[in-house]
Parts: sequence; structure tokens; C-alpha cells
Amino acid sequence: MSEDIQAGLAEILEEVAGVAPADATPEKSFTEDLDVDSLSMVEIATAVEDKFGVAIPDDELGNIKTVGDAMSYIQKNQG
Amino acid sequence: MSIRLPAGAPGARVLGLGGYRPRRRVTNDELAQVMETNDEWIQSRVGIAERRWASDDETLVEMSVAAGGKALAASGLSPDEVDLVILASASLTEPIPGIGPQVAYRLGIPRPGAFDLNAGCAGFCYALESASAAIRAGSARNVLVVGVERLTDVVDKTDRSTAVIFADGAGAAVVGASEEPGIGPVAWGSDGDQFSAIEIAAGTGTMTMAGQAVYRWATTRLTDTLLLAMESAGVDPKDIDVFAPHQANLRIVESMTKRLGFGEDVVVARDVVQSGNTSAASIPLALTALMESGEAKSGDLALVLGYGAGLTFAGQVLTLP
Repeated sequence: MSEDIQAGLAEILEEVAGVAPADATPEKSFTEDLDVDSLSMVEIATAVEDKFGVAIPDDELGNIKTVGDAMSYIQKNQG
Repeated sequence: MSIRLPAGAPGARVLGLGGYRPRRRVTNDELAQVMETNDEWIQSRVGIAERRWASDDETLVEMSVAAGGKALAASGLSPDEVDLVILASASLTEPIPGIGPQVAYRLGIPRPGAFDLNAGCAGFCYALESASAAIRAGSARNVLVVGVERLTDVVDKTDRSTAVIFADGAGAAVVGASEEPGIGPVAWGSDGDQFSAIEIAAGTGTMTMAGQAVYRWATTRLTDTLLLAMESAGVDPKDIDVFAPHQANLRIVESMTKRLGFGEDVVVARDVVQSGNTSAASIPLALTALMESGEAKSGDLALVLGYGAGLTFAGQVLTLP
């Protein structure tokens, strides 16, 4: 399950921000390690919403700092 | 006793466009001297290379008169043929009196209906629909529409989240009657639940923007509006020659272009690169630039969309003059 989420996230990260899939590991910070800017975070959020069927409101988006944060958010909120 | 109404015109179209860009060009390198930013940071996030900042003498009225005069000249009309002036702006720091009447007076337009309109960055498209509707209803023959901003009066010039983006300028259009409609039905609306996404909070005098929220809204919620503007005008997306959305951020322009499936054959306005975000002035400025460069030509079918503070949005299809 969490492998599927990680792989799906990696796909989105590669498409939106050009992050190599091997770099999309749970401990990585989007902004610090992966050089994802705030608007790309929005694009990642909307892509995650479409792919995983979860809603990420703007105020929740600010709490998602790492790939692992995103993975657990998806896991927790997936129907 | 019944009330009589005028006949009105079958359609309205844009007869002439004009713009005014402030003299002072501000590069990203200049901004990097006063705030924590650099050219690469700005270009990658908002796609802006430079913008124009108005000097003291380039007031809202002066810039409006300059742009309006050019649009009038381009339309071939004389001032006395204009009977309505609609001035769209979100940056009147002293809103009494509205400046529409003064701009009309300065242009020699004799005693027209004149008013200011604030629909944020969507102001130009709201004003265009108001002009078109007035002509079709018979309450005006020819209308001068102006979008004008001095956003540098309301941004903190050291705040990199707004100062790199917002700028100054004016754009104008003269709209007149036509047998064949040259302005399609408006697709407009508002999302007032997000009223605070772009605001000058009470007592601050300084504009703030929730960049992520606005970016998400613009890239996900407005595609349907664009499709509706084309559909209600009976125009297929493949018939569009020019796409000129509000010049807020190059990444939003590119995202909308991609979502609409516009290819290389559609001329896309990217004036934000040179002008920054000039709010209600951005669409007429962008169209003027495309026509001056020859990228867009008379008779081309353009899709325009304004969107911004409110949050408000309005889009339509129009034939370029």
C-alpha cells in the first residue's frame, strides 16, 4: 500500500517538478531537498487529489513538508 | 401609459485599443538590491523579467488619458461620438470622486455617462461586458473602457511575495455598435468565500495575496469559465487565434493554455514577462502589444479572461479591431 503511494507520488513529482523517482524518499523535504517551490506544491496537491481521490485544502498543504508527510496524509484520508 | 425603450444595436465590437506603459522599467536585478530575491527566483516562480513602475506624475488619470486617447485615435471616432466611459481600477487610493468623469473631460468627451468599476484584476472584462450590454440595450452608442492601475501605491515595495509581481499601467478599448457581434456573451461570476485571498486588510493600506490559494483557484476553477465563454459564443476552441488571459503569472498562463489544449497555432499573450501584473490594465495592454508586434492582427478571434480580487472572474470571445 505505502509502496504504491510512494510510487504514485514519485510519478507526480517527476512530472510536475522534474524530481528523479529515486530521490522521492519519505525523509526528503519538498522545499529543502527536492527544490519544489510553493506553486509547484499546489500543482502536486491537485495532482495528488486527482490520482488518489483525497482533498488537500490550502491550510493542510502548509503542514505537508516531506514526502513522508504526503504519504501519511494520503493513507489517512484515502476512502 | 407604457414606458418606451430604445431599440439598441444588434451587436457590439471593439473599434480600437490603446495602452500606456509607465516610463520607469524595473528589472529583477534592481529588486534584488532591496529584498531577498534574485532574477532566477522571480523568473522561475512568476515568469516576470521586468515591470513598469509609475512615477509621481504618471497618475491614474494621466495614464488613463494617455491610453484612452490612443484607443480613441485607433477607433477613428471623435470624442463627441462617445457617450459612456467605464473606468476599471482596483487601486484608487482616494475613491471620491471616481475618476471616470475627469478622464472623460480631459479627453474632450462631452458630458458622457461615466463611472468607475472595481472587479479587481477582472475589471477590464467586467467593463467590456457592461459596455457591450449598454450598446445592445441602446443606452450608449460608443463606450470608452479603461483599465488602469498603480498597484505600486498599495504594495509593500520590500515584500518579495507582492512587489516582484504587481506593477502599473493603463489599457483602453473603444467599443461601438456593429451588425455582426464582435464581443461574445460574457462568462462571469465570483467566489466570494475567498474574499481575503487578495486584499488590503482594513487599516493597513497594503495589499496581501495568498499566492498558493489564488494559484490553485486560477489553474483549476477557471477552465470551465473559458470553455463556457467559447461555447456560449458558438465558437470552437480550434477557431481561436489569440488567447489573452489576465497577465498574473506566466505559470498560470501556461497552465491554462495547456488545459485548453491550445497548440502552436494559437498566439498566447505573455506580456506579464515585460509588464508584471497590471491587474485591470493587463488584458488591453497585452492585446495592444500583440497587435503592435504583428503577432495578432485585425479580425483575429481572441479569447480573454480576467480574474482576481473578490474573487471575481469574467471571460469572453472578441474580434480584434
